[in-house]
Amino acid sequence: MARLIVEHPGLGVSIQDSGRTGFRKLGVPVSGALDQRLRIAANILAGAPEPAAVLEVLLAAPVLRVEQGPLRLGLAGAFSGVLFRDGDEKKIDSWRGLTLHTGDRLALKLLRPPGSIGFSGGLDAPARLGSRSTYARAGLGGPLGRGDILTCAPAEGADLAAPPLGSGEGPVRFIPGPQAEAFSPETFATFTASRWTVRPESDRMGLRLAGPRLTHEKSANIVSDGVTPGAIQIPGDGQPIVLRADGQTSGGYAKIGCVISADLDRLAHVLPGEELSFRAVDLAEAARARAEQRAAFEKWRQALATFGFDEDKLWSENLISGAISGA
Amino acid sequence: MTPVLLPLGDEAATLRFGEAIDLALNARAHAFCAVLDAARPKGLREWAPAFASVTLWYDPDALSFDELNALCLRLASTPDFSHTGRVHELPFCAEGEFAPDLFETAARNGMTARDWLEAFSKVTFEVYMLGFLPGFAYLGGLPKFLDAPRLATPRKIVPERSVAVADGMCAAYPFASPGGWRLVGRTPLQMFDADAKTPTRLAPGDRVRWRLVGVGEFLALEAQWRG
Repeated sequence: MARLIVEHPGLGVSIQDSGRTGFRKLGVPVSGALDQRLRIAANILAGAPEPAAVLEVLLAAPVLRVEQGPLRLGLAGAFSGVLFRDGDEKKIDSWRGLTLHTGDRLALKLLRPPGSIGFSGGLDAPARLGSRSTYARAGLGGPLGRGDILTCAPAEGADLAAPPLGSGEGPVRFIPGPQAEAFSPETFATFTASRWTVRPESDRMGLRLAGPRLTHEKSANIVSDGVTPGAIQIPGDGQPIVLRADGQTSGGYAKIGCVISADLDRLAHVLPGEELSFRAVDLAEAARARAEQRAAFEKWRQALATFGFDEDKLWSENLISGAISGA
Repeated sequence: MTPVLLPLGDEAATLRFGEAIDLALNARAHAFCAVLDAARPKGLREWAPAFASVTLWYDPDALSFDELNALCLRLASTPDFSHTGRVHELPFCAEGEFAPDLFETAARNGMTARDWLEAFSKVTFEVYMLGFLPGFAYLGGLPKFLDAPRLATPRKIVPERSVAVADGMCAAYPFASPGGWRLVGRTPLQMFDADAKTPTRLAPGDRVRWRLVGVGEFLALEAQWRG
């Protein structure tokens, strides 16, 4: 195995994969990377099969030293870095797949969250309840610590560069319900016409928004039912909470809607103080959005080839098809 | 009442049987899950019961919402529900700091703490659903004469394994967390173990009775899994 030592853990850095499914009936959240396409891109750049775990970076990037190389790293997101090798320093750009050797030290900076760091063969953390995703609240992994050892498969190869993967723009699309009847048409119109500011208390559980106070027809409370990442809860204070990967599995607040799957990754890109707005769509439009998103990812993958990516090798390992169906 | 399937985004939907916390409605949710457990329909990824509904996660490119709706209505018409859950007898200790709300909860119902505990130990609870925290089981069936509303001001930290009651229900907190239920004891048992094959002690549809133990037995039982 290749080995890296965490010289500085950064902030908001955790191990995440495609998520932990099958345990929601026991109250275990799905977790997983907030932006799944960013994770898949980092894995493709590093040469890791789906659904491999990455380091997700939400605030500050770590400093890593290679104790045993060679290994490959994939940087997806707005990183900049300095690679220290044999007494030299070299500037590293993001959207790269690169080989690191024993003794290399990589100091990364995250220019804008989120970032995803992939490792050759996938980050080798123990799978618990079928997933490597961190969910510290239930003792499933924890935050990255100084001195932690990360292991992955040994690998080397030519450096790769990729174009950035777009994260989408315009209003975030959602399907109304399941408690649409809890809100008057006027309240619904206020929700879709307003710009919502992301509050600093937002975390991996939920995006907390501030804006005009939304009122309920009767009560904010419902008989608790199932929720999922993207669910837009309106609690008694009228300020929406959009659930994210670590969100609980059931909730007792009325939901005005739920963000479509094609726009979930985008929720990782709105930072505290920034604004977003919402647009109601139907299931047919959500299906078109999924198809468009698959096409956009395919385009990114094809662009990789022109940047010098070894496409034949990728196809032979069936990486892409796995990446897309697992997304 | 005919159940209604409501979209929860484009990859999940909730089949609603009713809008009340009620044993009969909850039994329909568990019965529907048991049917799904047996049928394992193609395109369905996961399902979880709540009080009066079941949420289903599906692959919308393999199974359309309309197909899912037809499937649910067909499967939900299965009439029989034979109780398949396990029955648990769980120890709890109500001494001192384990039960800060015991006296007030008993007094609200015109009872002594001892009488309240004795009556509480005779109740058979039903696991309505798990949620809020991994392994947090909502236990239904607390009789009105033992009940009390939630605290006006929730605690910032409820210690892990606290046994609590509120609004006709009972629960044991698997982890320390904020919470507004009234603390009437603590269980020495681990309620969630991520490394166990079944990580939670309780599953939806199980039944629970509480057995009062003293501090000595509490510590002995706690030591068994703490090692």
